Amino acid sequence: MVNISKSFNNVEANKNITFCVNYGEIYALLGENGAGKSTLVNILSGVYRPDSGEIYVHGEKKRFGDPRDSINSGIGMIYQHFKLIENMTATENIILGQKLGHIINKKKLRKTIIDISEKYGFKVDPDKYIFDMSVGEKQNVEILKVLYRSADILILDEPTAVLTPQETEKLFKILLKMKEQGCAVILITHKLQEVMDISDRITILRNGEVVDTVQTSETNQKDLTAMMIGKSIDLSIERHPILEKEVILEIKNLCLVDRDGVKRLDNISFQVRSGEIFGIAGIAGSGQKELCESIQGLERRKKGQILFKGEDIARLTTREIFERGLRISFIPEDRLGMGLVPTMDIVDNVIMKDYYLQKGIFLDRQPARIRSEYIVKILNILTPGINYPVNRLSGGNIQKVLLGRELDSNPDFLITAYPTRGLDIGSSRRIYNELNRQKMKGIGILYVGEDLNVLLNLCDRIMVLSQGKVMGIVDASRMTNEKLGFMMLGGKE
Amino acid sequence: MTMLRMASRTDCSDKEAAIIRISAILLAFLFAAFFIALLGHNPLSVYSSMIEGAFGTVYRIKETIIKAIPLIITSLGISLAFKLKFWNIGAEGQIMMGAIGATFCALTLKDVPPYILLPLMGAGSIICGGIWGAIPAFFRAKFKTNETIFTLMMNYISLKFLTYLQYGPWKDPEALGFPKIQGFAQNAILPTLFGIHIGWIISLILIVIMYSFINHTKIGYEINVVGESENTARYAGINVKAIIIYTIFLSGGLCGLAGMIEVSGVDKTLSVEITHGVGYTAIITSWLSSLRAPVIAIVCILFAALVQSGTFIQMAFQIPQSAAQILQGMILFFVLGSEFFIRYKLSYIRKKKVEEL
Amino acid sequence: MDISFFTAAIVAGTPLVYAILGELITEKSGQLNLGVEGMMLIGAVIGFKVAIVTSNPYLSLLGAIFAGGIGALIYGILTISLRANQIVTGLALTIFGAGFASFTGQGLIGEAVPQNIKLFFENFQIPFLGDIPVIGPIFFNQGILVYMGYLSTIIAGLYLYRTQIGLNLRAVGENTAAADAAGVKVSFYKYIHVLIGGLLCGLSGAYLSLVYIPSWQDNITAGRGWIAVALVIFCKWNPFLVLCGAFLFGGLDIIGFRIQKYEFNISQYLIDLLPYVVTIIILILISARKSQLGAAPANLGATYFREEK
Repeated sequence: MVNISKSFNNVEANKNITFCVNYGEIYALLGENGAGKSTLVNILSGVYRPDSGEIYVHGEKKRFGDPRDSINSGIGMIYQHFKLIENMTATENIILGQKLGHIINKKKLRKTIIDISEKYGFKVDPDKYIFDMSVGEKQNVEILKVLYRSADILILDEPTAVLTPQETEKLFKILLKMKEQGCAVILITHKLQEVMDISDRITILRNGEVVDTVQTSETNQKDLTAMMIGKSIDLSIERHPILEKEVILEIKNLCLVDRDGVKRLDNISFQVRSGEIFGIAGIAGSGQKELCESIQGLERRKKGQILFKGEDIARLTTREIFERGLRISFIPEDRLGMGLVPTMDIVDNVIMKDYYLQKGIFLDRQPARIRSEYIVKILNILTPGINYPVNRLSGGNIQKVLLGRELDSNPDFLITAYPTRGLDIGSSRRIYNELNRQKMKGIGILYVGEDLNVLLNLCDRIMVLSQGKVMGIVDASRMTNEKLGFMMLGGKE
Repeated sequence: MTMLRMASRTDCSDKEAAIIRISAILLAFLFAAFFIALLGHNPLSVYSSMIEGAFGTVYRIKETIIKAIPLIITSLGISLAFKLKFWNIGAEGQIMMGAIGATFCALTLKDVPPYILLPLMGAGSIICGGIWGAIPAFFRAKFKTNETIFTLMMNYISLKFLTYLQYGPWKDPEALGFPKIQGFAQNAILPTLFGIHIGWIISLILIVIMYSFINHTKIGYEINVVGESENTARYAGINVKAIIIYTIFLSGGLCGLAGMIEVSGVDKTLSVEITHGVGYTAIITSWLSSLRAPVIAIVCILFAALVQSGTFIQMAFQIPQSAAQILQGMILFFVLGSEFFIRYKLSYIRKKKVEEL
Repeated sequence: MDISFFTAAIVAGTPLVYAILGELITEKSGQLNLGVEGMMLIGAVIGFKVAIVTSNPYLSLLGAIFAGGIGALIYGILTISLRANQIVTGLALTIFGAGFASFTGQGLIGEAVPQNIKLFFENFQIPFLGDIPVIGPIFFNQGILVYMGYLSTIIAGLYLYRTQIGLNLRAVGENTAAADAAGVKVSFYKYIHVLIGGLLCGLSGAYLSLVYIPSWQDNITAGRGWIAVALVIFCKWNPFLVLCGAFLFGGLDIIGFRIQKYEFNISQYLIDLLPYVVTIIILILISARKSQLGAAPANLGATYFREEK
């Protein structure tokens, strides 16, 4: 019997959360982004220290001041963002932090690892380096790492976020096997379907509080949604018809070889029309970033043609494109690392795109102040003032500053990469609506996404990338999750 | 029983931060006082005679200001590089190269009137110092070559090169075999105003220029963006490589100018001791001033006072002059440590309370 | 060139062996300590002072090692516990070390190392190995600290790549968060290896003041600490390559002095530039290389704070 109960008072993250998990069951913690799941996980794994509250394992009170304490109690943690060392082999990662002997005996370790893999039914090459592995393989190493320490309580944080439906299926088989072996499995997710498929019991979190705990067999997706987001809202996103037919962007045979000689983009060709949302799907690192940066003029090593309004911009720099009056706005994936300067205030961030058009050597911030006031007002950005550094704003407001600046320049084309990553459902909806509004204005939009449901609902067409190659361009209204997932893994349409 | 917790904070106001830094400096003096006492001196009398030594007479004040001038100009140069997160610790070499450039003009153009020669020497020093900085900047921009080690190696190269000049081609034949470079003629010497060479006016002007350059010009803005985030700068269409090279050229050029002012205003000749370690001290002063031009002036005068008083206490107490250098290091340690309290919040939680809840 | 040149190159390279090894181990834990020069200076002056006072070689070495460790401890407290900027802290340590060495060394200028200490460090031939032609006289007819240098690199290599602790250490430097999550005591590892780095730098300083020079002069390290930092990159963070890098630079260090015999028409001061110029060239070549394999520990120089997202 495991009886984890935890209560602690913190304004932001978690409020008096109590739950318990039994051996031999798959238990789900369900909640939206920002519901406090990750914080809770980090407390269980000893990474964060709770402000107050208690944890019981095997009925015994534990104090986790450090990840070691948690590991020693038999808790194994599989993080959403893998905690693996790229430059080391699977074996080295698995034995990391262990105390077994001082000299490493490779042969013996190899055998142990293969034994465990066979017991649970997965394949891992102990001598393969992590950087050579696919996402699925990496996750296997993470699980092996936990099993090697003979943990009997497994916590998986959003394990399927980066997996294709096929890989997800494999993972679930492994989880069921663990359940058979008597492990307690805690699954943390926001995906309803998975919870319904695999879990035995579910606790729903909202705003850092427990809403309810239910048996999976006695509930359904609709009730769960209602509990997750408070009131039942329609999850489907409106899709408007494309008004114009004019091609605004055409890419022909785009190739890109990076500094290390690795082919990042392989002969990519497609067209985007004005007033169309063109989706890009693919597992992380399939060339999405390189594609966006190529169009925007950041990536200089590319070959091929990029026709924008009929003009080839493939050889132009970002600034040259801008100077020709071609307005391409770009909302990059990493907002604070690219796109915004975190320590500067809103004014200095808003001025960034066009300051250099000013005459003379001095910088006049007055026009930018007026624009900042305007952006803050219409996008309803919560900030003490326009001279407030952006890194002190919340994630949603930071994204609004970026979006505001990019839309304020009246773009002809908008590139967005994961624009709703890390945002709550309300903010995400506002972003989707804004994108749709821009679409109605006749702007061509390139939408790089990870949530397949959003891609299918928001976009008109979707291009699937896998290892820098186009797997197919499909009509979103006639597509399913499974088919998309199959293509993302490299399967042809 | 209490438990220590730490959390990052972003809410530290400038005033609070200033108080924390100043307390750290005071703490460093307090700590040093302990060692002075260990050496068998009375810390209070040592400190008071240090103030006496730096500001006690008009002559000493002048000496302090003369020591502050190269420090201010070099710190301005270094702070420009640090704004870019380019760790230029090559100021020492850039000063030397600037001094060599100025000396070259002074030694070759002996019959030119001062109002032409002095600006030429200034330009020569800026170009030489600037190029000395731009070389590592070029490789940093192109290959991301580690600039810290690069600029430092450049210091040793310029030192050896200067030694070569002093012992070789530029050796004064009239010095009876003594390895020294010929003294400057009158036309190569900076004029004085109020008893101090006009370097003090130059540094005041440079402070004002630097302040508006960083805060109110387009290039200044670009430097800020590149320094905070190279990716964002690329994204905004800024030519990051060019900014790095130009800015470090300017940075090195300023250091070079400091070298010219030293040879022309103070030493009136060139020697291997030309820098007096200013290039290293300026790293501390720029960091302590949070790279802000007006603060640099204050900090540099204080550090110049520290150096000046170091000479004084050597005579009064037989404490070696390098004690001032140790004190500088200690101040830097304490301020570095104090940054922690600006960026993180510490709070005590009573453990008992935790158990009760 | 004769055998004596190579023998001397080994001697000149030995301080670099310790300094590179120290910085390499420090960097493996993800800490970039630019205070090598400072720690070497502190070690050199304390080692020399103890030698003058006690005439005991063991105590002198211990003193130097201890002093280097104190320097590293200051660096560790500031960067690991107080999370200060590693680059600036390293610079501060160098400035402090230079001041400290010149302060403490004031009265030592002109003093010579006591005779019994000189004897202690004297060359002796290793039986059997020393009899091998060419290699024997170059490598195996040296002083005790040279042999210890060979040994240290081998031990360091085995330690880093063949033991559990070494694996954990490398993990800390590569991905601190992952090592932390796996239960490695991150701060403890960082402290210990920053300290080991300091001890080795102190020893390197002692070698300079007690064996290589062997008297006291101001700025006795002459930039060797910085060259060591650069050579860590040259050695690709691999302890087995440390000896190559160090002895190569030992050779460059003495070439100016040696070449005078041949009456080349080049100033000795210009030949003295060589090690610095070569260091720069190596830095450039390494950074211009395309592949990132064998590169720095991924989290080198990064400050780690667990409760930060």
